Amino acid sequence: MEISVYRYDPEKDKAPYTQAFEVDMPDGRDLMVLDVLELIKEIDPTVSYRRSCREGVCGSDGVNMNGKNGLACITPISDVAKRGKLSIKPLPGLPVIRDLVVDMEQFYDSYKKIQPYLINKDMPPEQERLQSPEEREKLDGLYECILCACCSTACPSFWWNPDKFIGPSGLLQAYRFLADSRDTATEERLANLEDPFSVFRCRGIMNCVNVCPKGLNPTRAIGHIRNMLLKRAV
Amino acid sequence: MSDVSTLEFDAIIVGGGGAGMRAALQLAESGKKTAVISKVFPTRSHTVSAQGGITCAIASEDPNDDWRWHMYDTIKGSDYIGDQDAIQYMCEVGPKAVFEMDHMGLPFSRKENGRIYQRPFGGQSKDFGKGGQAARTCAAADRTGHALLHALYQGNLKAGSVFFSEWFAVDLVKNQSGAVVGVMAICMETGETHFVKAKATVFATGGAGRIYQSTTNAMMNTGDGIGMALRAGYPVQDIEMWQFHPTGIAGAGVLVTEGCRGEGGYLINKDGERFMERYAPTAKDLAGRDVVARSMVLEILEGRGAGPEGDHVFLKLDHLGEEVLHSRLPGIVELSKTFAHVDPVKEPVPVVPTCHYMMGGIPTNIHGQALIVDGEGNDQIIDGLYAVGEVACVSVHGANRLGGNSLLDLIVFGRSAGIHISEMLAEGYSTAEASETDKDAALARLSRWDESASGGEKVADLKKELQSTMQLSFGVFRKEEPMLEGIKKIAELRERINSATLGDKSKAFNTARLEALELDNLLEVAEATAIAAESRKESRGAHARDDYDSRDDENWLCHSVYDPNTKILGKRDVNFAPALLKTDDDLPEDVFVPKERVY
Amino acid sequence: MVTQVTSFSRNGLSDFIVQRVTAYVLAAYTVVLLGFILTAGGMTYDIWREFFNQTWMQVFTLLALLSTCAHAWVGMWTIGTDYIREHYFGESADAFRLVYQVGCVLALACYIIWGVQILWGS
Repeated sequence: MEISVYRYDPEKDKAPYTQAFEVDMPDGRDLMVLDVLELIKEIDPTVSYRRSCREGVCGSDGVNMNGKNGLACITPISDVAKRGKLSIKPLPGLPVIRDLVVDMEQFYDSYKKIQPYLINKDMPPEQERLQSPEEREKLDGLYECILCACCSTACPSFWWNPDKFIGPSGLLQAYRFLADSRDTATEERLANLEDPFSVFRCRGIMNCVNVCPKGLNPTRAIGHIRNMLLKRAV
Repeated sequence: MSDVSTLEFDAIIVGGGGAGMRAALQLAESGKKTAVISKVFPTRSHTVSAQGGITCAIASEDPNDDWRWHMYDTIKGSDYIGDQDAIQYMCEVGPKAVFEMDHMGLPFSRKENGRIYQRPFGGQSKDFGKGGQAARTCAAADRTGHALLHALYQGNLKAGSVFFSEWFAVDLVKNQSGAVVGVMAICMETGETHFVKAKATVFATGGAGRIYQSTTNAMMNTGDGIGMALRAGYPVQDIEMWQFHPTGIAGAGVLVTEGCRGEGGYLINKDGERFMERYAPTAKDLAGRDVVARSMVLEILEGRGAGPEGDHVFLKLDHLGEEVLHSRLPGIVELSKTFAHVDPVKEPVPVVPTCHYMMGGIPTNIHGQALIVDGEGNDQIIDGLYAVGEVACVSVHGANRLGGNSLLDLIVFGRSAGIHISEMLAEGYSTAEASETDKDAALARLSRWDESASGGEKVADLKKELQSTMQLSFGVFRKEEPMLEGIKKIAELRERINSATLGDKSKAFNTARLEALELDNLLEVAEATAIAAESRKESRGAHARDDYDSRDDENWLCHSVYDPNTKILGKRDVNFAPALLKTDDDLPEDVFVPKERVY
Repeated sequence: MVTQVTSFSRNGLSDFIVQRVTAYVLAAYTVVLLGFILTAGGMTYDIWREFFNQTWMQVFTLLALLSTCAHAWVGMWTIGTDYIREHYFGESADAFRLVYQVGCVLALACYIIWGVQILWGS
């Protein structure tokens, strides 16, 4: 199978280029894209990418495969290859450090902006803070985010204003804390989100939902935030 | 090496997983200048893969639950070589540490009354083994590790900890008086080397499951802390004790939580027989992990394995019903579909024992201070060096870890190390500066790889050979002959790795260099494991030998201590004197005494 | 919280509401206008003129015009802040964007004045 990989080494390349590798699938098995990258790295050890858990929970190996963002380790070749070809590129919209490795600083910064931690001004009790199963259920579909950046780097609004629009991942997390019955900073959190960029640059095109490897729905979370802002204002 | 810049902190933590971030949080909150050096962005650390939960007697599922019962289970589970002072500390402080995690925001699953949901796990009992199965593992669905790690990272952001993400620690820097004064580390993005200097260096580098071919461990679990400690001449303890998790997905190695069996799933062989009833009549599928793993291998060896090769058994879950599976075990449903092409709602999942956890590690006391054993057999503290989490052997897991105890280990001992370091710094600890020679010593292997000649063997090939050697000779069942061959093979690999070629010497984000440096660490762990496994001539916990198939309390009711300088295995006493025995009169006196371990 | 002076409301929520409300006004206006055209039975200048001479239609039209301008301003401002950035325009991006925004404002102001003149002029 022909795999083309985006290559760029800042020390020696003036511009990025694409390198094609011919990879034989062992026993004709359907490998994950990460397995194929590992085979390529055996051929050429200079190919660089991030990876770790290889089971879709650490969020290291978000890449763009034939135009669609996803985690290399849980994407079977058969799902993304077209006519026996696969092109692997770094996540779009972020600066490339080398090959498939992008600089995720902007992404992490937008996460930090939403105060991604529980705020509760009351003294904690001796034991846990009680929370009903129904209250807890509101966090399902939110806390599972692995910060892989597949969603935010598939979002044009994030491409245009990565420093101002928080992006789907950060907003999913923002709602995760707004929805937590143990958090008391709702007012402060909402006040930080009502400007024209942070939330409202979302135009609801749902690219984020389309690519999320964990099946989460940031657009819905953003809708919830909008409703909360609306309720607060009227 | 004058081009190496120096960064200075009160304390540095090497490793951004659960233990490292818990220690960092403690230090940052007490106002110490702290930095976490992590070779990945912290939330990518392997703690994220922990699924089932965190075992702790918070008395939610059973209001009468008692941390002493948890302590009993842990001691029994450890096959009696867990240190009882440390186990007591963990079980007693545990609830406080778990509640802190809730206050930090960890989204635990809940019971109707609003308290944290707890599920049964293997090896858990009530009333010192007499009251039947307990349900003591606090869970956030089957993503507890993910939830815990993210909550800790969030807590650290709030506390203002400094992170050096994607920095790789190469080696420890020791001063002339033998104290640890920091590490040499490479910033991956730039490829530049820095001396990160600190009064306290905390290793929280995690495990080394990648010494085996088939492992549930992440690709980065290469035993970097163990490698650095051994190269610095410090010993490791009980390193022959490797846990094989009963349920790794056959072929892929991906973990399927013990929580599946806690929720009512069970193992069947190719004939559909629930075979654990034969091996552990009482606890059945919830016996200790070592017991279950061995039973599975015996089933397979005796021809009752499933699949065309007869090389796995099945985990049956479909009888739990779609609703329970989707609410309690959603991650497992996802992983089974992706990696076993099986929907557990309808079909059983093919599973096989898979290397999972390193019980051994750097010996420490309950404050996380690293120890060496002197000539007279006394513990000596290594100044400036701490270890917490999987890299440490404190030892709460002994010869076999109970499910759910690893996450508790992380937060309890990460916290205790943080507390101790804050106190030590407040008392004004100081030591001599590192000389240029000291610093150069820590850069030796980096130079070796950077100066390696081309045309030598490839890192990837050598790694594969090392992993298959470990898999063949040091697996679930061990025997003299193959182990001796394995040791020889590893000695040979050491020579070959020394003259291997680094295929990429560039600076920016050079993952080839990283993998070469990791290979050095894998080799150190593998060699220590091999020599220790061959030398411990008994079967205990996870260490099962065909040629010495019973426990030998007369000679081996002790820790093993592998000395890298002599490559000889020594012994260290197990602590049998938990503080509570002196204070608590109600406790049956003989309850923690070694006895036969049956489930 | 991101602040930017050129966003008149400096508040994403009010921009959001303005866009939604004005969209409803424009939708209603379109329906009324289409309904008139379809039911008028032939169209001459006089019929048209008569229709627009009614006060309610004049007010409604003015409302629609104001809505168009408000709606357009939010949209044009968004487009400007999306695309007129350093990435494409270098260091003078801010200056370009200001010129673009002033241009938009002037154009919209002209439409309003001109519209009023048409509606109430002789």
